Amino acid sequence: MAKIIKPYGDAMDDGKVQLSFTLPVPAGSRSMEAARRIALAWGFHEAEVVHMAPMSDEFTFFVVYAATSRGIDWDTVEGDRDDGEKPMSMDEINAFIRARIGRKIVVIGACTGFDAHTVGIDAIMNMKGYNHHYGLERYEMIDAHNLGAQIPNEKLIEYAETHRADAILVSQVVTQKDSHIHNLTEFMELLEAKGERGRFICIAGGPRISNKLAAKIGFDAGFGHGTYAEDVATFIVKKMAQERRT
Amino acid sequence: MTHNKLNLPGEKIDRARELAKNICAPVLDFIDVHTTVTVERATLRLLGVDGVSSVGVPVPNLIVDALSDKLGEGAAIWYSNALLQTGLDQSELDKRIARGFNIASLPMGDRARAQEYATRLAQRQFARIDANRAYREARLEEYRGNSHSPLLYLIVATGNIYEDVKQAQAAALAGADVIAVIRTTAQSLLDYVPFGSTTEGFGGTYATQENFRIMRRALDEVMEREKRYIYQTNYASGLCMPEIAAMGALERLDMMLNDSMYGILFRDINMYRTFVDQRFSRMINAYSGIIINTGEDNYLTTSDGFEKAYTVLASQFLNERFAYAAGLRPWQMGLGHAFEMDPSIENGVLYELAQAQMAREIFPEHPLKYMPPTKHMSGDIFRGLVMDSMFNFVSKATGQDIHLLGMLTEAIHTPFMMDRHIAVESALYVMNGVASIADEIEFKPDGLIVRRAHDVLDRTVNFMEEIGRIGLMESIERAMFADISRSRTGGKGFEGLVEKGENYFNPVESTLTRSLGLA
Repeated sequence: MAKIIKPYGDAMDDGKVQLSFTLPVPAGSRSMEAARRIALAWGFHEAEVVHMAPMSDEFTFFVVYAATSRGIDWDTVEGDRDDGEKPMSMDEINAFIRARIGRKIVVIGACTGFDAHTVGIDAIMNMKGYNHHYGLERYEMIDAHNLGAQIPNEKLIEYAETHRADAILVSQVVTQKDSHIHNLTEFMELLEAKGERGRFICIAGGPRISNKLAAKIGFDAGFGHGTYAEDVATFIVKKMAQERRT
Repeated sequence: MTHNKLNLPGEKIDRARELAKNICAPVLDFIDVHTTVTVERATLRLLGVDGVSSVGVPVPNLIVDALSDKLGEGAAIWYSNALLQTGLDQSELDKRIARGFNIASLPMGDRARAQEYATRLAQRQFARIDANRAYREARLEEYRGNSHSPLLYLIVATGNIYEDVKQAQAAALAGADVIAVIRTTAQSLLDYVPFGSTTEGFGGTYATQENFRIMRRALDEVMEREKRYIYQTNYASGLCMPEIAAMGALERLDMMLNDSMYGILFRDINMYRTFVDQRFSRMINAYSGIIINTGEDNYLTTSDGFEKAYTVLASQFLNERFAYAAGLRPWQMGLGHAFEMDPSIENGVLYELAQAQMAREIFPEHPLKYMPPTKHMSGDIFRGLVMDSMFNFVSKATGQDIHLLGMLTEAIHTPFMMDRHIAVESALYVMNGVASIADEIEFKPDGLIVRRAHDVLDRTVNFMEEIGRIGLMESIERAMFADISRSRTGGKGFEGLVEKGENYFNPVESTLTRSLGLA
């Protein structure tokens, strides 16, 4: 039997959600009613405007609680990656590289295009890492090169060629006007035009990057919010072992 | 109002300032004998040069590119020479240059006459800057006491100046005192300033003189209505630091991001180029009465906020020294720092308090710019709001001056209008609720906060002693700042560095030097 799930407020299946949004109208009883009506128009069967505040003459902020009767079948849902598969630890990864690959592996990372944010690539690569997860520079069996931000895709590929990279990490933080998608696509097109797609394991990363999105563009994997160096490293070394890239 | 609560040893602070002086001295000697393409373009802008070619190349760039090996004489004299030789007025000449006329092809006439003419052109623009400054001072006086303390600073970044205007007005009406328009991410690496109003940008909006003008008008409208001065801010950073500073002076911006080393470390701009550019841009900022904001927060987004806290203080001392050397007064030095420690550190907020109070006491007259948590902001907006609230508390408790409001949606998207609204509301709540706290609290003499501040100061002095021994440029090469290594001749824009010739002439520089008392 299908297992239908719905939001839980304080009772099973009450379907309660919290919403906050802005409407481009002045604050007042009419706009308060508009906020309630718009929530109903979205399909919620009850809606209560609990807070309204003017932000300027033309814009108003609302907090609304609403309830939905719609649910989905839990059994039909697939995640971005397998939740059962746990990443290896840093020590396990080093041991795995020694045993299965037999040499240090080379990983090159950069935030490409005009994107100036190093925070994502730093979290994965810097010695210190992020949130108590050491970065790849700390891994004894990984030769990690962090090129930083605003690196043109051409430069990154050239660098990977000269340093005989095993894997390339492309970080994208800015997503305004889909610039991350354009950039990642350009990277992949350049690599394919050079006939070198097969030479590197290619990984995309960034807060708004999913595994699905990365795969769609042609990357081997994508790592988004809440993933760390060991997630990336586990993927790389397993893939290298599986493809016998030694 | 700031008295010494941390009992910091005065001789250590003096030693750090002495070290900063020694560290900067050889760099300043280098700066004195060099100019750059953007220094010359800024000079032209301050002679009133304006306009753009049919393919979007600004007239100052056309002139500087055409002068190539003559640039060591300064661009100003060649421009005024062209005016004298052709008999054209400025706008006619600028239009001709935009259509391809090369002023370097004209013979140099009477140099003394050309110099005198160029000086007069500069005076006209300086008069405009003087008027801007006088207007700002009059409004600040008129609306004195109506701003928040600290000044609440908000960022808009839509990419479209007309959309920015709507968001900026809403933010200012909500309570923001300072509006910064973030630049499109590409702009710091452009070796020219785009022209006209713009509606396309990534992660921000192009800094152009026309965009400055549009935003100025919008903020002045809110000022009149709210009877509260609204400070306009933009970024004198990247490859065009001095030109952006010139545009800011002409369009009455009130604050400019301007860091002596940010471009080198975080944008990989050549260090010689940056050092020369920052000096000239800061002289322009100094003259126009602009408050600079330095970028120490960036050290902590790259390195660890707890372990590398001393690099922030060291950078503040260096930024202060470079600022003095450009004629800025302490009231114009918005030295930066940030609330960026890992939130899981026990007593982390107390260490932040120590750092902020320490900066307050070491730089008592400086309008300190305090930056919110970004690095450890997650998608958890509810926790993010609590972190921002602690930041707001620390800011008020330590008497910061310029407070960049944190966004609960940091790390998710460029702020929605409502994100800013929530930020202002929560800051006003916290800061009103603890309005007098800075006067009320003292610190336990041998407690955690006092000991932490002493420890950071000690480490800072040791770090600066080491920089003093090996030299600033060598220290940057050795990755002693932000764990980033930059080579002397590497980085972008190195080719734009020019040694001043024997007959170098720059009426803007000499006016600035004289009126800022730098001679």
